[in-house]
Amino acid sequence: MTSVTDVSPAMPAFRLTRAFQGLERLVVPALLIAGWEAFARSGMLPPALLPAPSAVLHALGDWVFGFDETTQTYSGHWLRDALASDLRVFGGFALASLLGILAGVAIGWSRLFEKTLEPTLQMLRPIPPVSWIPLAIIWFGIADKPAIFLVFLGAFFPVLMNSIHGVKTVDHNLVRAGAMMGANGRQMLTDIVLPAALPSIFAGLRIAVGSAWMLTVTAEMVAVKSGLGYVLWDSYYFLRYDIVLAAMISIGLLGYLSDLGLKAIMARTLRWQQTTTVQGRAG
Amino acid sequence: MAAIELRNIVKVFSDKRRGRDLLTLDNINLDIEANDFVCLLGPSGCGKSTLLNIIAGFEQATSGRTQVDGKQVERPGSDRGVVFQQPTLMPWLTAIDNIAFHLKLKGVAKSERHHRAMEFIDLVGLRGFEHHHPAEMSGGMNQRVGIARALLMNPSVILMDEPFAALDAQTKLEMQEELVAIWQKRRCTIVFVTHSVDEALVLGNKIVVMTRRPGRIREAVNFDLPRPRDITSPEFNDAKRHILSLIREESTRLAQAS
Repeated sequence: MTSVTDVSPAMPAFRLTRAFQGLERLVVPALLIAGWEAFARSGMLPPALLPAPSAVLHALGDWVFGFDETTQTYSGHWLRDALASDLRVFGGFALASLLGILAGVAIGWSRLFEKTLEPTLQMLRPIPPVSWIPLAIIWFGIADKPAIFLVFLGAFFPVLMNSIHGVKTVDHNLVRAGAMMGANGRQMLTDIVLPAALPSIFAGLRIAVGSAWMLTVTAEMVAVKSGLGYVLWDSYYFLRYDIVLAAMISIGLLGYLSDLGLKAIMARTLRWQQTTTVQGRAG
Repeated sequence: MAAIELRNIVKVFSDKRRGRDLLTLDNINLDIEANDFVCLLGPSGCGKSTLLNIIAGFEQATSGRTQVDGKQVERPGSDRGVVFQQPTLMPWLTAIDNIAFHLKLKGVAKSERHHRAMEFIDLVGLRGFEHHHPAEMSGGMNQRVGIARALLMNPSVILMDEPFAALDAQTKLEMQEELVAIWQKRRCTIVFVTHSVDEALVLGNKIVVMTRRPGRIREAVNFDLPRPRDITSPEFNDAKRHILSLIREESTRLAQAS
């Protein structure tokens, strides 16, 4: 247990550094970007191969707001592209979460499922999701479906593995305590094992949402004609590295936002995990 | 009819690594009367926790008969409240929801659950902490929740497995006094496992001294010193001397045997 106590010494010098603490983190990125800008402008490489940060920002701005059509056909279409990718991430991730948790809990809880279901799934697990692309395309064509299928494959296994682990490592004494209080089989699962496994399941979901973004972008590069990944790959063909970088930034940003969202849900659901002592609260 | 009847209980664990069987409990016979406060006293590894787990229904005896209130014990059930060595609370539930968990499993509505649990919150002195999670409370407070949780089920017997072993000396003393007060107020049957002679003498009115493995009952001592017990009184020390001599005989016997 940790108790939060304020131990700041009453020295003005320390207060001053504290005010700059937030800015410290910006020093390295700022230097990197400034160096990159200077290098790009020096003309050692053609601007088409290494666009300056300002050019990337310009492309991103036009892509989002469409002010001067520097991104040509993409101008002003960012929201449409981002939404297309978001929906694929969400679709595949939701499906993977649902099935991953169901199968994981079943395997973790029941010897029968462990023996019948797990070996097959564990054999499928080492196959990289991208190697399914040819099959995905002949099965589902070129549209949302193959993308969602690939996202599902990438997100399913982290959820599955962590759900199995979460259920298997539930404190045996909690199960005993439940039996002592008269829990039947179903209650044991829903009222004891599942809540106890939640922290582990959430860890799996967070890994899965990252995989979901990776697979969405991969799928969009080869099997779909829309979304941020498609814009990235298409711009590469036209040597528009400013748009390539703008797409990379967009993917990073959206991926980060989905993780933040998931973290917020996790913090709400697992509020009981926060370990503040009574003294820490009262004080 | 005794509240708990143990007849010829034998428990053998198979020790696969050494490839032989381990006799843990050797022919235990014990009757525990209703409203008794029985302490099972013995060294670590003597099988006292195993015996408690057999009464709780967590483990099955290899042979022998276990009856609680005339009914054969086959599985755990809410007629036997268990207080574990560690509090073993559901960490995602608040104190009051942990105490009322049995009612939730029975489908009792939330307002009714909380209403009934408040009586036990008061009984164990946790008013004001009913909405705290286990991680926000001290070990002693959590163990109080564990005791309240067992009491709420209104079981015919309460089984306690060294519940105060992890507490500091001062909290342990407080909890022992409170447990005796609760036992006197509610008149329930308690089986309390401990390895501490002092704890057994402070709490029990029957002290069952067990031998080192294989666990047998060396002697069941009745101890009716009035409460509150003065642990410096001559009567207390006489009883303590007697129990210590039983334990010492046991060690000497072992030393000679080896």
